[in-house]
Amino acid sequence: MALDNLTAATAVELVSELQTRRLSATELTQSCLNRIAAVNPRLNAVITVCEEQALREAAEADLMLQRGDGGPLTGLPLLHKDIFCTRGVATTCSSKMLENFVPPYDATVVSRLRAAGTVMLGKTNMDEFAMGSSTETSAFGVTRNPWNTDCVPGGSSGGAAAAVAAGFAPLSTGTDTGGSIRQPASLCGITGLKPTYGRVSRLGIIAFASSLDQAGPMTRTAEDAALMLQVMSGVDPGDSTSADVEVPDFRSQMGDSIQGLRIGIPQQYFSQSLDARVAQTIQAALDELVQEGAELVDIDLPHTEQGIATYYIIAPAEASANLSRYDGVRFGYRCEAPKDLADLYERSRTEGFGDEVKRRILVGTYALSAGFYDAYFKKAQQVRRLISQDFKHAFEHCDVIAGPAAPGVAFGLGSKTQDPLAMYLEDIYTLSVNLAGLPGMSVPAGLIDDMPVGLQLIGRAFDEATLLRAAHRFQLRTDHHRIRPTLAEVGS
Amino acid sequence: MPTTPADVLSVAQLARLRIEDSALDDVTDRFGRILDLVAQLQQIDTEGVEPMSNPHDMVQRLRPDTVTEGDQREELQAAAPSVEDGFFLVPRVID
Repeated sequence: MALDNLTAATAVELVSELQTRRLSATELTQSCLNRIAAVNPRLNAVITVCEEQALREAAEADLMLQRGDGGPLTGLPLLHKDIFCTRGVATTCSSKMLENFVPPYDATVVSRLRAAGTVMLGKTNMDEFAMGSSTETSAFGVTRNPWNTDCVPGGSSGGAAAAVAAGFAPLSTGTDTGGSIRQPASLCGITGLKPTYGRVSRLGIIAFASSLDQAGPMTRTAEDAALMLQVMSGVDPGDSTSADVEVPDFRSQMGDSIQGLRIGIPQQYFSQSLDARVAQTIQAALDELVQEGAELVDIDLPHTEQGIATYYIIAPAEASANLSRYDGVRFGYRCEAPKDLADLYERSRTEGFGDEVKRRILVGTYALSAGFYDAYFKKAQQVRRLISQDFKHAFEHCDVIAGPAAPGVAFGLGSKTQDPLAMYLEDIYTLSVNLAGLPGMSVPAGLIDDMPVGLQLIGRAFDEATLLRAAHRFQLRTDHHRIRPTLAEVGS
Repeated sequence: MPTTPADVLSVAQLARLRIEDSALDDVTDRFGRILDLVAQLQQIDTEGVEPMSNPHDMVQRLRPDTVTEGDQREELQAAAPSVEDGFFLVPRVID
């Protein structure tokens, strides 16, 4: 075996080992399962482990590799966020509501990654129904940050981010409605990409806010993200909002120079709410990009601050409609001994949902209710257009926008759970990107007191390729993405 | 406009959620703070701005009106809390 540490290797490195048969998929899968068994009790990043199934899939991958007919991802282990429906494997959305839900079908993302030869190790923890920025709203316990287990991993894809950072798997799926891939990627020191709205099918992803939700890769490098995005992308007849737009070969352009690339710097992203040391770290990262030939351009995103208010109307409104399906009748939790139908609905929902989910359903129901619709929901949709136009104007002067992914590093467990508004501010730099439907990614930019900071790159619609190229050039120059947390295994 | 416990209870009724008396003040307080946050949008001039419901202003495609999936009743009902003879069971609705 050429690689001395399988749990720190990148997917691209592992593919080369697998395809040259220096490493078997079974060997690799077993090493990931061992790592999960040894470390997950400290992190709670993975909530379902599929050991037997994974080893079976690995054996099939080995047969394909022996025959020489493997695909680009054959034999690579991955974890799915527990929001993706997986046929025959519990899919809970980290909610008591879906604790016993076993989907009869695979999400399109899952079936595409399966068809590409990946080995599913299990499902990762998340904020309940993806509502949160710390993975503390999970009904199955908090996930801890592998860099400091007294801190949160971010959220809602916190389990996925912690798992990749801790060496459980080289690849993990996430979803991002307001920052749920990028903010945990930032807080756990990994690479996470939210594609353009419509780039990746939403079929089989448990819905939160349908005009904002998008699935993407969470990996150790931009190259690995490209590898995975290639398979995840493309129009799907089963999702009428998936975009019928050509999918470029993401990796083929990654090595190209970024000479002359114009990077827009929004002054609003470096305001007083940004931790000063994060600002310095981001500035240093921008200097590296300038060394690579990029030019920095000042741009203006005047409605940045209003993005939070806009998002916290639109996302809860859409959520309140999407979550009305949980009524205790066809699937999901049902209360004990309902006395009538109204009681069945009310108690099943009240007992099955956690506090943050209920809070957002209330806000969304209010914003959509008669008499308030125009003042709240319609108003928010109008401001959403202004935010989208801000980005359009900015992209007349630049090719990529850069800034922080989150206002600070990982915070202490429990430090923001009492104040929902403080938690909402975590996504100030990410949620406008969802409102505008643009691609965004977070790449490791360095450490502050041994805790990671992510550089966010935002692109034009359907221009993930430029983001990936800039991120890859950055990662060729720097080694922030190679630094892994030192984490004791249980019992050692 | 301050939010009252009665406002919260009426929204909860619309959302088919129950709020325990002991939690009502706390829920009202947090709900009110979120409404205060989102109320800042009222200061923005949106006269003549078209509301945006899809980030690319896309119109959803229609698919041909043909059957694509066969009968999967048993498989789908396997996830239901209570079924009998292919029906979903709920408490008696009409006496």
